Amino acid sequence: MDGNLITAMLFATVVAGTPLIITALGLLVNEKAGVLNLGSEGMMAMGAVVAFAVTHHSGNPWLGAGAGMLAGAAVSLLFGFLTLTLQANQVASGLALAIFGVGLSAFIGKPYESIALKAVPPVRIPFISDIPVIGEAFYNQQAMVYLSWVLFWGVLWFLYRSRAGLVLRSIGESPASAHSIGFPVIAIRYLAVLFGGAMAGLGGAFVSVFYTPMWVEGLVAGRGWIALALVVFATWRPLRVMVGAYLFGGVMILQLFVQGSGLQIDFPAQFLSSLPYWATIIVLVVISRNLSSIRLNSPASLGKPYRPDA
Amino acid sequence: MPELPLRLEARAEPSRWMPYLSPLLAVMLMLLAGVLVFWALGKDPAEGFRLFFLNPVKDAYGVSELLLKATPLMLCATGLAIGFRANVWNIGAEGQFILGAVGATGVALYFQGSESRLLLPAMVVGGALAGAAWASIPAFLKTRFNANEILVSLMLVYVAQLLVSWLVFGPWKDPDGFNFPQTRMFDDAALLPILVDGTRLNQSLLIALAVLIAGYVFMYRSYTGFKMRVAGEAADAARYAGFSANRMVWIGLLCGGGAAGLAGMAEVAGPMGQLTDKVSLGYGFAAIIVAFVGRLNPLGILFASLLMALLFLGGEQVQQYMNLPSSISMVFQGMLLFFLLGADVFINYRLVIGRRGA
Repeated sequence: MDGNLITAMLFATVVAGTPLIITALGLLVNEKAGVLNLGSEGMMAMGAVVAFAVTHHSGNPWLGAGAGMLAGAAVSLLFGFLTLTLQANQVASGLALAIFGVGLSAFIGKPYESIALKAVPPVRIPFISDIPVIGEAFYNQQAMVYLSWVLFWGVLWFLYRSRAGLVLRSIGESPASAHSIGFPVIAIRYLAVLFGGAMAGLGGAFVSVFYTPMWVEGLVAGRGWIALALVVFATWRPLRVMVGAYLFGGVMILQLFVQGSGLQIDFPAQFLSSLPYWATIIVLVVISRNLSSIRLNSPASLGKPYRPDA
Repeated sequence: MPELPLRLEARAEPSRWMPYLSPLLAVMLMLLAGVLVFWALGKDPAEGFRLFFLNPVKDAYGVSELLLKATPLMLCATGLAIGFRANVWNIGAEGQFILGAVGATGVALYFQGSESRLLLPAMVVGGALAGAAWASIPAFLKTRFNANEILVSLMLVYVAQLLVSWLVFGPWKDPDGFNFPQTRMFDDAALLPILVDGTRLNQSLLIALAVLIAGYVFMYRSYTGFKMRVAGEAADAARYAGFSANRMVWIGLLCGGGAAGLAGMAEVAGPMGQLTDKVSLGYGFAAIIVAFVGRLNPLGILFASLLMALLFLGGEQVQQYMNLPSSISMVFQGMLLFFLLGADVFINYRLVIGRRGA
């Protein structure tokens, strides 16, 4: 394997992993506050379609990305209202959001199918992008890729170094104790849900505006669900989310390289396309079989409704 | 936060009537929201309402189409409800539906040219077994490795879509089909007989009604069904009583997969008459909503599946006459579930006017 091919594979892996990192980090913060939002597929789809439409009309991909974040946050608010204010079941409400978001994105996006956006040029970081092999792969990327790294450090700092992060985690572990020492549990959970929605929206925006740049129904293709699995795989730790996202990115681009490499492998394309989904299942099995590790690391109140004065 | 003069107060006991009233409330809210959606889209709300909710069933043929669309929903939702009652979250009915279609098509293509009366029963068995086999993957991984059945069953939906795409673009492609991604049309012996002449309504409706009744008997008249209800409503009590949680996972997923597989069989051996890469219009996902709106109860599922079928047909109508994408159906379906979950708050809480302590 020559250096150019390795560079190209690493480059594509980083790109494919980026929407997963952004979305999964948002979900991680969401779940650290004890709220399980299964609607990430719908939030990503909404982010993707709104970002695409705004970019198409304004010509500015960053305006599009911002609009995608707002769209993700807006639909996450529906989930928040149901589960936090009305005490509805989190699993059912998340599923409702997934179905609703995917449906609404297909509806909004119909007029935008078969339109292509201008590709957003990469941003070359001086000097370090000249490092052989990895320089081109990591430091001549979309600005959004660098943003995902900033986001990673931001989430890490917030959760483990800031007081607000400590409060958030304490609410995820024991909302009743957090409430009794005076923290506004519901308000903070609302913020966590909004953050998860905004990040999923941004992840979706990356897919439709920076990655493919186009829109078709079903564009998100399960990335929202994979991001949920990624958080379990990472046992709720940011660094593992990052590593896991790139592993999945690698699996996702594998088919491109088998097809493009000229290797005479007689695999149907559909088989290779199904690899990320099988990989998700395998990863879930490997992680979940260790019951004590899941119990130890998952936020104790995850998925359980809490009402302060009940 | 400023306190609103409205607040929720916990009921001493869950309301007895709200579980049945809240689906009706949700439907009314959805109809209201529907009018608002048409208004917001700049369409005549009254015309939109008429086209979407009334036009599909304006004549006998329309009603037959409604029953035809409701059939796969009824089947999938009954199977799902059995699992949901025991908190077994099978979200992959869409994939199990597709596998059922694939299994039945496999039988039909293998016995191509056969005129045996046993062909259809063999396809029914093939479809149900294929759907159940697909659901057995999350069941095995859940019981053996504790892997989350929501995510596993959902991932398998994407795999099933790719599998059917491979089949109809590859080995099963109709050699005379001008390269369209579809199998050849089934022989007459592999098609479900039409129930009412002049319509597309076929015998799968009878199968679905039989499954509904069987589901009712299982849920309310069998010991296993009782145990599964206990497990769903009071997990600790079920554990103390020594009910096997693993067995419930298996039963829940196999029932869901088998019923969804039957629905997939009915689709290829019914209105489609062949397998294509667009075999499901999202029936497996819509059935989740049907199961919830029907309160996980077979009679409720009967009504809910008719309602959801209407939403599918209404989407086709407004696409044809108002030039709106048919995916508007999914928007309404999602809204219906939102409204239901919201309305359910009144089962355990009541709305009180006035500030606390006032």
